[in-house]
Amino acid sequence: MNTGENPPTQFVDNDLKPVGHGRMLRKEDARFIRGKGRFIDDIQLPGMLHLAILRAPIAHGRIVSVDVTLAEAHPKVKLVGTGAMLAEHGLAWMPTLANDVQPVLATDKIHFQWQEVAFVVADDRYAAQDALELIDVEYEQLPVVVNARTALEASAPVIRDDLAGKTDNRCFDWETGDKQATDAVFARAEVVVGQEMVYPRVHPAPLETCGAVANYDPIDGDLTLWSTTQAPHAHRTLYSMVAGLPEHKIRVISPDIGGGFGNKVPIYPGYLCTIVASMLTGAPVKWTEDRFENLTSTAFARDYVMHGEIAATKAGRILAIRTNVLADHGAFNGVAAPTKYPAGFFGVFTGSYDIQAAHCAMTAVYTNKAPGGVAYSCSFRVAEAVYLIERLVDCLADQLGMDPVELRLLNLLKPDQFPYTSMTGWIYDSGDYESTLREALKIADYAGLRREQAEKRASGELMGIGVSVFTEAVGAGPRKDMDILGLGMADGAQLCLYPTGTAVLRVSCQSQGQGHETTFAQIVAEEIGIPPADIKVVHGDTDLSPFGMGTYGSRSTPVSGAAAVLVARKVRDKAHLFAATMLEVTVADLEWRKGSFHVIGDPAKSLTIQQIAKWAYGTGQLPDGVEGGLEAHIHYHPENLTYPNGAYICVVDVDPGTAVVTVRRFIAVDDCGTRINPMIIEGQVHRGLTDGVGMALMEMITFDEDGNCLAASLMDYLLPTALEVPDWETGFTVTPSPHHPIGAKGIGECATVGSPPAIVNAVVDALKPYGLRHADMPLTPSRLWEAMNGNAQPPM
Amino acid sequence: MQVPAPFEYERATSVDHAIGLLSRRGSTARLVAGGHSLLPMMKLRLANFEYLIDINDLHRDLGFIKVEPSRVRIGAMTRHRELLESDDLRRLFPVFNDAERVIADPLVRNRGTIGGALCQADPSEDLSAVCTTLDASCVIRGPAGERVVTMAQFYRGPYETAVGPDEILTEIRIPLRPNGSSAFEKVGRRAGDWAVVSCGVAVWLRDGLITDARVGLAAVGPNTTGIPAVSQALRAKAPSEELYAEAGEIAARSCSPVTDQRGSAAYKRHLAGELTKRALRRAVARIRGEEP
Ligand SMILES: Cc1cc2nc3c(=O)[nH]c(=O)nc-3n(C[C@H](O)[C@H](O)[C@H](O)COP(=O)(O)OP(=O)(O)OC[C@H]3O[C@@H](n4cnc5c(N)ncnc54)[C@H](O)[C@@H]3O)c2cc1C
Repeated sequence: MNTGENPPTQFVDNDLKPVGHGRMLRKEDARFIRGKGRFIDDIQLPGMLHLAILRAPIAHGRIVSVDVTLAEAHPKVKLVGTGAMLAEHGLAWMPTLANDVQPVLATDKIHFQWQEVAFVVADDRYAAQDALELIDVEYEQLPVVVNARTALEASAPVIRDDLAGKTDNRCFDWETGDKQATDAVFARAEVVVGQEMVYPRVHPAPLETCGAVANYDPIDGDLTLWSTTQAPHAHRTLYSMVAGLPEHKIRVISPDIGGGFGNKVPIYPGYLCTIVASMLTGAPVKWTEDRFENLTSTAFARDYVMHGEIAATKAGRILAIRTNVLADHGAFNGVAAPTKYPAGFFGVFTGSYDIQAAHCAMTAVYTNKAPGGVAYSCSFRVAEAVYLIERLVDCLADQLGMDPVELRLLNLLKPDQFPYTSMTGWIYDSGDYESTLREALKIADYAGLRREQAEKRASGELMGIGVSVFTEAVGAGPRKDMDILGLGMADGAQLCLYPTGTAVLRVSCQSQGQGHETTFAQIVAEEIGIPPADIKVVHGDTDLSPFGMGTYGSRSTPVSGAAAVLVARKVRDKAHLFAATMLEVTVADLEWRKGSFHVIGDPAKSLTIQQIAKWAYGTGQLPDGVEGGLEAHIHYHPENLTYPNGAYICVVDVDPGTAVVTVRRFIAVDDCGTRINPMIIEGQVHRGLTDGVGMALMEMITFDEDGNCLAASLMDYLLPTALEVPDWETGFTVTPSPHHPIGAKGIGECATVGSPPAIVNAVVDALKPYGLRHADMPLTPSRLWEAMNGNAQPPM
Repeated sequence: MQVPAPFEYERATSVDHAIGLLSRRGSTARLVAGGHSLLPMMKLRLANFEYLIDINDLHRDLGFIKVEPSRVRIGAMTRHRELLESDDLRRLFPVFNDAERVIADPLVRNRGTIGGALCQADPSEDLSAVCTTLDASCVIRGPAGERVVTMAQFYRGPYETAVGPDEILTEIRIPLRPNGSSAFEKVGRRAGDWAVVSCGVAVWLRDGLITDARVGLAAVGPNTTGIPAVSQALRAKAPSEELYAEAGEIAARSCSPVTDQRGSAAYKRHLAGELTKRALRRAVARIRGEEP
């Protein structure tokens, strides 16, 4: 196995110009650093109108009346849309990704604060906004449910009275694992530790908010939609299903996207309003959401109240884990996860440990809050699962008086146990968890840190060391198990070598900043031996790329990446046939060295892939039964998920007087299998670790008891800055995935998933002298100070 | 995109021009200085003014830091960044530099002004604490001429000041007294965040005894508070850890924080004490040359 520490500064020698995998600068940065990216709001079309959305200021209530007369009379207004108007077209409601329904514009009832009520289309954005103020809506308020813990009380108002026969706020019940077996292990266990913990509601908060430009051509009946989507093809199919437009007449374009993090997976009412507006006005229409709208109405993540228990021997062997989860789904179930997985991949909550039994029972509820439940860099709820197990293991270490690293080493799965079927039925593909952890311990000088901590404690300073060893589950997904709204989670790829030896790769996944134009070119370069600079990656336009399910859940490299490898190999195989014909030898006489075929035993007789490409489009006699040209197409579905893993160590200092937490060091050793571009991997890890600091220390969407969202701006919903994070110390181990054609696993979300428990564990460790075993995120100074004073409170 | 309601706009060319425009337009008009408080409110349509009078050209006349024998005068249009980078202020009133380092971010500091900061009268505003600590006075000019008010007179309530609708704050004056120094402490939830609590302290020593001390606390009441009881408790005493602790207790007891998103009232009260203690310790260390 390869291990190593990444260089401390990002050193990239682009002169090395890897033909294939390796450290190289990102191709797309040439336009981004010049400010030449093309985002939704940059799109200008002749005669384009502007749409703005009116939102309800109350969290729960009936609409008594909507009067749009004054708004319609505004000289610059072209169209005013209401729920009643959409209802006439059968478009007032739309399906969510989880097979629930959600209003596009409210018809009779408001379910959460800032829900969409009406839209205005005007000559410019200013006029549209002005006209919103001319719409008069009368509401009749209803009692609200903001706290999931009270949602199922008999006295709670029923939020979803649109659902036939609904008499309570239960969204679904779900369970996994073996309850009987687990309870039996618990009954005879020497040690049982339980802890309730909350993973607060957070927001992906991408830098670019959501938006769309719709251009409907009334003559051809063609609709072109530029939109902030992480899944353009899937959205195309859904628009066709919802709006009744023929799918081949819809073109969805996802241009440069300023971050998604799961926020741009769902279809939002704003997109549909924009489409309807373009169809009704016959003009192109733009809608650009503002920050306030993005934070208050688009998909949130997490919001789980988890009660976990861990059973073990006195010597520290973990035997079983069980948990009860209360999941707050907001007003509509908008969770983005494969159909069979209403709780996403939360089932991997058994973590990286060799245990005997596990069980989870979950109840999901509706509340008067914005819908969502998307993968905010959490690989479909793996973040919640990892947090649960990694906090529980620390609680157990505390109970047993054991070092948390020692306890983990005792229980980690061993390399020879892979492929490993977990107690909840997940088949982990590969891993060498102990080596990964030992690499982190080495970089951190763990023993030295513990010595330093002992000295500091003696002088009253509060230093903490936190560890998390996590297993991710990414790359949805296997055809037999995974679909979203009936669409299997496979990805297409298409590769064409042109006569002059350069290539175009068309992929179905789409980049929101991950650097696909670079990585995917490198993947193909490695397989066919032409420089990445000669390979253009086309993505994000349904008319120009093959069908696939998009980019989220760290699935690009596991699924589309595999597709790119296999399509390149198809092209290479065809080139192999041509080379044999060209050199008048048999296929078996040729060997491939990256970039060229050589006659075995006579290496001077050779052909480069570029020479073969030219010939493929030329006049030479083709081999029997083979077409000319050099291109291939593939539709790939993985046989399993990939399971990247990592070991993280966080060092914090807590100011005893102010309870301010400083993350002093953070060591992240990731194993994502084969590493395509280490620089891009480090970038993804740095991003995710920063996210982790945000969630652990400051991020949370709060509501008051009337359902008012208190996180409606970036002054209230805090995101970490460079000043809150240390210089990341990253390292790696490489355990290839056995079923991915180049052994690569996903990396995009690992750090977001793995870092919050390391940080919380470190803070709790720092506060050992206060007898603290747990404190809920976000560990803001005030919340932590309250915890230090014996007044730890779950966040609300 | 957040867009404000329609408004008219004019650039003032002199203080008198600005006052003239204000007098004519009445309460529908507003001055815009750095715009970092006013424009976000207008974009969110929390505040709608029909008429904006841009006073940025007045930076020529009102952007200054002048040291005179018995006082320092700071023009209302002086930008945060100029306060941060002023060597005179760092030498005479290090509290400014301490505070400016943790106010907002470089973008806001490049445009935001001390006049705008004080006139916004946000209860968590840091420069109000600094000016209260330093016993500053404010020069306000209107159609009827100029008047000078103390900081205590300046604040009328949250977001409310003594500056009338046709008046403009032109200058802040800070008395210069020998053998003193100052310091500022702040806890935010993140860099660039408004204060959970912030605290300025100024101390003067003679022959090892405190001759005078002042405290200015932000974010623990409707407006910045000076807490005279702290000054009384410190006068004529020798600085010591016990004394700082006592001052901290008085500060904690005397303020009136409320629970909000930034923290619980109990925590803020605790911080008022803790930060008072820390700022006193640092200000005294500075007089003694033990700390820069
Ligand atoms: C992201 C962000 C973070 C911030 N963080 C902090 C922080 O940590 N601590 C802190 O203290 N502040 C903070 N601020 C506020 C910042 O300091 C502002 O610049 C300041 O409050 C207002 O100054 P301004 O010049 O921009 O005023 P403007 O927004 O132009 O004006 C504010 C108000 O004052 C009036 N006004 C301005 N000048 C005068 C004058 N000369 N006479 C009479 N009335 C006048 C205006 O009419 C308006 O009503 C932050 C602001 C932002 C945007």
